[in-house]
Amino acid sequence: MEEVEVNLEAQFEEKVAKDIRIEPKDWMPDAYRKTLIRQISQHAHSEIVGMLPEGNWITRAPSLKRKAILLAKVQDEAGHGLYLYSAAETLGASRDQMIADLHSGKAKYSSIFNYPTLSWADIGAIGWLVDGAAIMNQVPLCRTSYGPYARAMVRVCKEESFHQRQGFEIMMTLCNGAPEQKKMAQEAFNRWWWPTLMMFGPKDEESPNTEQSMRWRIKRFTNDELRQRFVDMMVPQAEFLGLTVPDKDLTWNEAKNGYDYGQIDWDEFWSVVKGNGPCNKQRIQTRVKADQEGAWVREAALAHAEKRAQREQQKVA
Amino acid sequence: MMHNHENAPHLHEQHFNTPVQDYAPEVKQLVLEYTLQLADTSFILGHRLSEWCGHGPVLEQDMALSNIALDLIGETRSLYQYAAELEGKGRTEDDMAYLRDTVEYKNPLLVEQPNGDFGDTIMRQFIFDSFHFFFLKELQNSTDHRLAAIAEKSLKESSYHIKWSSEWVIRLGDGTEESRKRIEKAIDNLWPFSGELFMMTATEKKLLEHGVIPDYSQIKNSWDAHVAKVFQEATLAVPQNVWMQSGGKEGRHTEHLGFVLTELQYLQRTYPGLEW
Repeated sequence: MEEVEVNLEAQFEEKVAKDIRIEPKDWMPDAYRKTLIRQISQHAHSEIVGMLPEGNWITRAPSLKRKAILLAKVQDEAGHGLYLYSAAETLGASRDQMIADLHSGKAKYSSIFNYPTLSWADIGAIGWLVDGAAIMNQVPLCRTSYGPYARAMVRVCKEESFHQRQGFEIMMTLCNGAPEQKKMAQEAFNRWWWPTLMMFGPKDEESPNTEQSMRWRIKRFTNDELRQRFVDMMVPQAEFLGLTVPDKDLTWNEAKNGYDYGQIDWDEFWSVVKGNGPCNKQRIQTRVKADQEGAWVREAALAHAEKRAQREQQKVA
Repeated sequence: MMHNHENAPHLHEQHFNTPVQDYAPEVKQLVLEYTLQLADTSFILGHRLSEWCGHGPVLEQDMALSNIALDLIGETRSLYQYAAELEGKGRTEDDMAYLRDTVEYKNPLLVEQPNGDFGDTIMRQFIFDSFHFFFLKELQNSTDHRLAAIAEKSLKESSYHIKWSSEWVIRLGDGTEESRKRIEKAIDNLWPFSGELFMMTATEKKLLEHGVIPDYSQIKNSWDAHVAKVFQEATLAVPQNVWMQSGGKEGRHTEHLGFVLTELQYLQRTYPGLEW
């Protein structure tokens, strides 16, 4: 018995090493399954909670076109949540349980969504920075070792790149606009820059899951590698927009062919992760409220479907 | 907010580019007023539905609500663009949406009613879709080429909407005891706003004579038949002898519309004349 187990584990390791996708019916170590459920459900929750800060501006979008684009974008996020919950379900998790864990605080989601959207420029900043960081994190996931997750990510990434473009375009319109618009853009940039850098997660030496996830090829790059790439990509874009990066320590480092950037406030990061961000409570309360107020609707749909099935059966009999 | 089209073509992609027909000035004015009325109707309902985004009872229905909102906002844009062309004064679709005040809006009262619970939203949508679908079917034959073309495009979307809201009326009516109570309350809340959809304003009567718009009494027959069929399946009773509210199509609104416009026009009003 034990020998079979050993063989299965060896086969699994071999497949991963050869970049052969692991599929739902394949044998996999429990820890791999648990890590994936945790990561995919966190990702799904981030999409769903992430609808709220942007959804906050749908009713106040400044033109018909912006309103339609923003609504379509937030709706895409609901769709991403759906693909990801489905991917997690292939590992034996149930959507109801995952959502219950989100509502109880047991499951986490990206901390960035615990910051408020205060002006229209925040919608631009989120698309440009937050979706930009998300793409940086997510593109390597299109090659992650678990098949359903990788396939979900291919669809997600396609839509995310459209989201990032629209965010950049909002920022560009503001930066080329009136002085009060440019001020709005800079102010939003100041607030979102540092929390976005935190999206890549703790420093490598403080990221307990990274090593194992890299070995299983769930993750392909470390947090710090991705963060560095992001900074190197965004600084020239900020310059193009005429915005000032809110980091007095930012300097070009010729030797590493990248930017050195200032110290991230990790106390803030951990504080928001622990639930003390400006909107942690409201975000979860909003989700719980939608879920509770929707309970009677879900029950009615179920009851009606059962009645129908019964009637069909009676007809057959 | 007079936009410079050359500098910002991306903000104003045209949905249709057939030229405006050669109308006598007084007819053109009527078509303009009517086009605005249709645009206001789709816009306010689309806006109301967009308030649901992120708060739906289940993810799939959250997405369905946003889909319908997006369809209606798309229809709105085609109509406001046409209105702007008919007017010919250089105003844009956004000027129409963001710089007109409550009494200038001509949507029927139904669409500005608050979302309430999911039952209220479904009933408001069902009453509207059952009108909109049969209306667009007829509007396709309008002598106004642009309205006919917009109707043809929107009809495809509306045929999905009416299916969705009808199915939900059936589910909620013939679901649980609670869902039945709630949908009955929604009928009670919203039925008084159903009649205005079929009351013809002076503008509408004249446009009927010109063959621009269909006769609403025929649409009412289709509406009655559809409602009766769906309510029967939902085991719900069609209300009888209800006093019908009206006035929205002539600019006399309920108190809700002012707040809707305050919210949606906020940026344009706070920073006049800017591009976004």
